[in-house]
Amino acid sequence: MSASGLLKSQRFRQAREDDWRRLERLMDKAEKGAMAKLTDAEILAVPVLYRSTLSALSVARETSLDQGLIDYLETLSARAYFFVYGSRSTLQDRLTGFFSVEWPAAVRGLWRETLISAGLMLFGALVAGWLVTIEPEWFYAFVPGELAGGRDPAASTATLRATLDGTADAEGLSTFAAFLFTHNAQVALLAFALGFALCLPTALLVLYNGATVGAFVALFASRGLGVEAGGWLLIHGVTELFAVILAGAAGLHIGWSVAFPGQRRRLDAASEAGRTAGVAMAGVVVMLLAAGLLEGFGRQLITDTFARYGVAAVTGLVWALYFYAPRREAVHGH
Amino acid sequence: MATDIARGNPTERAFVTPEGVDLRLNIGDAGQRAAAFLLDASIIIGVLIALSLVLALTGVGAVGAAGKAGVEVIAVLWLAAFFFLRNFYFTAFELSAAAATPGKRMMGLRVAARDGGRLKAEAIFTRNAMRELEVFLPLSIMGARAAEGGVDAWIYVLSFAWAGIFVFFPLFNKDRLRVGDLVGGTWVVRTPRRKLTRDMADDGAGRRAIYDFTTAQLDAYGAKELHVLETILRDSDRKTLRDVAERISGKIGWTRDPHETDRAFLSAYYAALRERLEQKLLMGVRRRDKHDV
Repeated sequence: MSASGLLKSQRFRQAREDDWRRLERLMDKAEKGAMAKLTDAEILAVPVLYRSTLSALSVARETSLDQGLIDYLETLSARAYFFVYGSRSTLQDRLTGFFSVEWPAAVRGLWRETLISAGLMLFGALVAGWLVTIEPEWFYAFVPGELAGGRDPAASTATLRATLDGTADAEGLSTFAAFLFTHNAQVALLAFALGFALCLPTALLVLYNGATVGAFVALFASRGLGVEAGGWLLIHGVTELFAVILAGAAGLHIGWSVAFPGQRRRLDAASEAGRTAGVAMAGVVVMLLAAGLLEGFGRQLITDTFARYGVAAVTGLVWALYFYAPRREAVHGH
Repeated sequence: MATDIARGNPTERAFVTPEGVDLRLNIGDAGQRAAAFLLDASIIIGVLIALSLVLALTGVGAVGAAGKAGVEVIAVLWLAAFFFLRNFYFTAFELSAAAATPGKRMMGLRVAARDGGRLKAEAIFTRNAMRELEVFLPLSIMGARAAEGGVDAWIYVLSFAWAGIFVFFPLFNKDRLRVGDLVGGTWVVRTPRRKLTRDMADDGAGRRAIYDFTTAQLDAYGAKELHVLETILRDSDRKTLRDVAERISGKIGWTRDPHETDRAFLSAYYAALRERLEQKLLMGVRRRDKHDV
């Protein structure tokens, strides 16, 4: 026993209490969302205080029986932990990293699933196209009424031609673009999320998406409007269909890891797959925004079929180069 | 998991920081999670209704001012707002420093990375993209009407059961992970918040000269009883103090001075017992409770 009559654990606590209270005050400040109010000195002090608190917690657990103290140190360490290891990079850093490295890398990592997904979509389009060519009634099975908007086998060739030149519905352009973007983004997100259900629903959704496109093209081709319909579809379709294919690929990636985790635990495999797929998916929403703008504005304003094919080719080239062109990753060192 | 049982707390989980210290976090239970989600959902719906009203009112003005183009702007605004609220309300709030939506904050919850590392933006995006499967798919299935009977009704029932698996997924695993948590590598933990309470040994430490308990008297109890005593001293309920003081003095054979208060006796015994147990702890002997010898 010491001269002061205090227990060892009491002296331990008294010697460090000021540091803990300081860290607590800083955490109160930071958690109120006043991150900007912390001075540079305070931000630098937090990790130091955090580590000393954490080591005090380890010592206290081994030597002190003051339960109130141990509980307090546990919560204080946890709060500081969330601050020190929280996501704190600025929005700008994050966006730069996402667009320059993470997104293309994630998409490249999904190349196998992308091929499968593209194959499924192509297969759906071919089968639906073939069916509609031999029996136009099939069209109604593949294309929901609200998407067809009067473009169905019952319409005359002249009506169909009119829907392609874009002047018919120039009035509600921006509403239309917004509607298409939100609709497509929702479908893509669903395709992604369904992947968790062991791939099958995602595969069906991608197949069905391809079938819709195939049925459309077959209908127009049967009236001798194939080339014009191709331009009408591809000006935004290159971006949009690519985005849907990627969403499907991301979903398949997750589903495959859940179904066949290999040597890893199923849970670990799922979250590992979720990380790559999530990055790719965030990018898909950006692609769909671009596609929605191209569809809503580009298609209605550019009415020449060859100009439409030109835009389609350029977008295709841009995406391909952006995702798959070799880049000097080693130099950037990410 | 042995510590979980020892401390008798079913929501406590080991959570090891990169420094190698176990922070013993508590996960949010199913009720808190559901309440947080309902709060968030009502916030989203409330904002949508308010926005629709405001846009409808300005829409009337816009038609007068700009005709059809005015309506178009309003419609685009509404569609965009709906889309962003539906898809990015959760993501945006969980990316902030609190790592929680307003609903989670009210329930004292936050999102954390399951592996103890940094909470990444893509993990948050993934966990919320999965809501499509957990919330909106079941809702749209519910929206689709079951036909009169036959095969369609069966498909309806089956798809409903299938969607139910994702909705009730958190109830089927012990960490209360949603599908989104599972794929995103996250979990939802209770935000710890506790003030530093007074050290209960401060009262008794000075009085130990008056109360010289013998070693045998101090060996009557272990750490578990010490913590119970600490709680009782903290709560300071007069009746409980008296009962416990009588119980302890009876057990250790201590003759009480009629002038001393129950509290004085108990805090002195607490300080002495803690010193004794902590001394043993330094020697590497942890006496769990009175049965542990």
